[in-house]
Amino acid sequence: MDSFFQQLVNGVALGSIYALIALGYTMVYGVLRFINFAHADILMLGAFSAYFLSPAIQQIFPLPGIGGALVVMLLAAIICAGIGVGVEFCAYRPLRKRPNLAVLITAIGVSLLIEYTCQHRAVFGAETRPFPQLIAERNLDLVGLTVSNLDVLVVVMTVILLVVMWLVVNRTKIGTAMRALSFNREAAALMGIDINRVISFTFAMGSALAAVAGVLYALKAPGIEPLMGIHPGLRAFVAAVLGGIGNLPGASLGGLILGLLETFAGGIAGLSNYRDAIAFSILILILLFRPAGILGKNSVEKV
Amino acid sequence: MLEIEDLHVSYGAIRALQGVSLTVPKGKIVTLIGANGAGKSTLLRTISGLLRATGGSIRYEGEDISRLAPHRIVSCGLCQVPEGRMIFANLTIAENLRMGAYLRKDAAGIAEDLDYCYHLFPRLKERTTQLAGTMSGGEQQMLAIARALMSRPRCLMLDEPSLGIAPKLVRNIFRQIISISRERGITVLLVEQNANLALKLSSYGYALETGRVFCEGSSETLRQDPKVREAYLGR
Repeated sequence: MDSFFQQLVNGVALGSIYALIALGYTMVYGVLRFINFAHADILMLGAFSAYFLSPAIQQIFPLPGIGGALVVMLLAAIICAGIGVGVEFCAYRPLRKRPNLAVLITAIGVSLLIEYTCQHRAVFGAETRPFPQLIAERNLDLVGLTVSNLDVLVVVMTVILLVVMWLVVNRTKIGTAMRALSFNREAAALMGIDINRVISFTFAMGSALAAVAGVLYALKAPGIEPLMGIHPGLRAFVAAVLGGIGNLPGASLGGLILGLLETFAGGIAGLSNYRDAIAFSILILILLFRPAGILGKNSVEKV
Repeated sequence: MLEIEDLHVSYGAIRALQGVSLTVPKGKIVTLIGANGAGKSTLLRTISGLLRATGGSIRYEGEDISRLAPHRIVSCGLCQVPEGRMIFANLTIAENLRMGAYLRKDAAGIAEDLDYCYHLFPRLKERTTQLAGTMSGGEQQMLAIARALMSRPRCLMLDEPSLGIAPKLVRNIFRQIISISRERGITVLLVEQNANLALKLSSYGYALETGRVFCEGSSETLRQDPKVREAYLGR
């Protein structure tokens, strides 16, 4: 029983990270109808930002420590928001009137460009670096269950960020504009909405979330390297599709499901090598019965 | 108010507008009639900045707006109610109206215009929290007009507001277009296939055919013109 709850906690924590990343995929898909494959690399850049920032932050805030860790995350989020907006401006905006496929291929190109540039010796190098201990890992005792404080942090941060995102999208003017734009870009332009600004805002939000996810991911991983985004990025992409691409609660739910599947499949003795195979088989099954995703609507696009 | 001169627009090799000139005087209602594919929507889309002209000029209140982005044109006070209504079906009525006022910061003015819209179309007021996509075609058209009014335009362009709407509602909507123009002093450019009705409420009209102005004149003259009657009025 104990190990079941242990796995449950691990799965929820991993799923939370996937959920944060998935949100970025789904928001960009919502406004631009393409998958931003470079999103996974923004996550990696978030982790590296934190890596290079921590020694400096340490001079002002105590590290390891929750306050310093939050400052590092905030700065990484700001840096990555800027990078995300920059990528959109340089690579995707010039293709705005081209078929979505062209943008999709460009996104793959941007992803490879970032990954392999960062692997170069003059940038980060390909070797794995140890990630600084932003928070000292401790085991907490929650009603008889042993839980890592990192897992608690991951889940709490995720819940807070998901609520904030939900409020931004549903309760603010720019969030309403995002939804309007996602439904009909031309009509949004005719109402005076500056399309480019809303798109930049979307990329900034998504990239900031990816940066936070990257730092959280790195806290639990043995180290960081330029290809570290690929694995969680792919999982999060699948999570976004599973939940219903373009749907925010769906992305969170998809992330959670994927995290749990992966953890539990990995926990079954003798099957841990097949955990991805199991997780993805279940995914294929779900999509066979609900092609639009769990929370997605099977909508017929009206013209 | 709005002066278009020798406007040319192409979609690739297809020349959709071939030298259209048209004037909409301040405070008036001007009608643009024409068959499907004559270029009416192309003209409005070009004025709104969704399409780029290949030649000619678009002047609004004396200023050239042909190079402006769509949202800049709205901020000049020129707003379009697009063909097919294009309401945001995934947003509530209230959110749709709020998007109409996207560029405005004057909370008091926005509240005042909201009241005016609800006064024009009381049905909208009954369903502020309802998703716009769940309304009937006629109600969606009312919402589309109200949404455009929320930008407090000085000139309003309407692209086929009667399309796909029950005849009874069409008359109601046209009556409200007249009141908008009279009560708010808003200049109107009305694009319609329902030529008879449109010419009744406008003062001047243009007929477009395959990208050119085929004839123009006061609405009364056009309604009597045998050529126009044969081509657009079905008599």
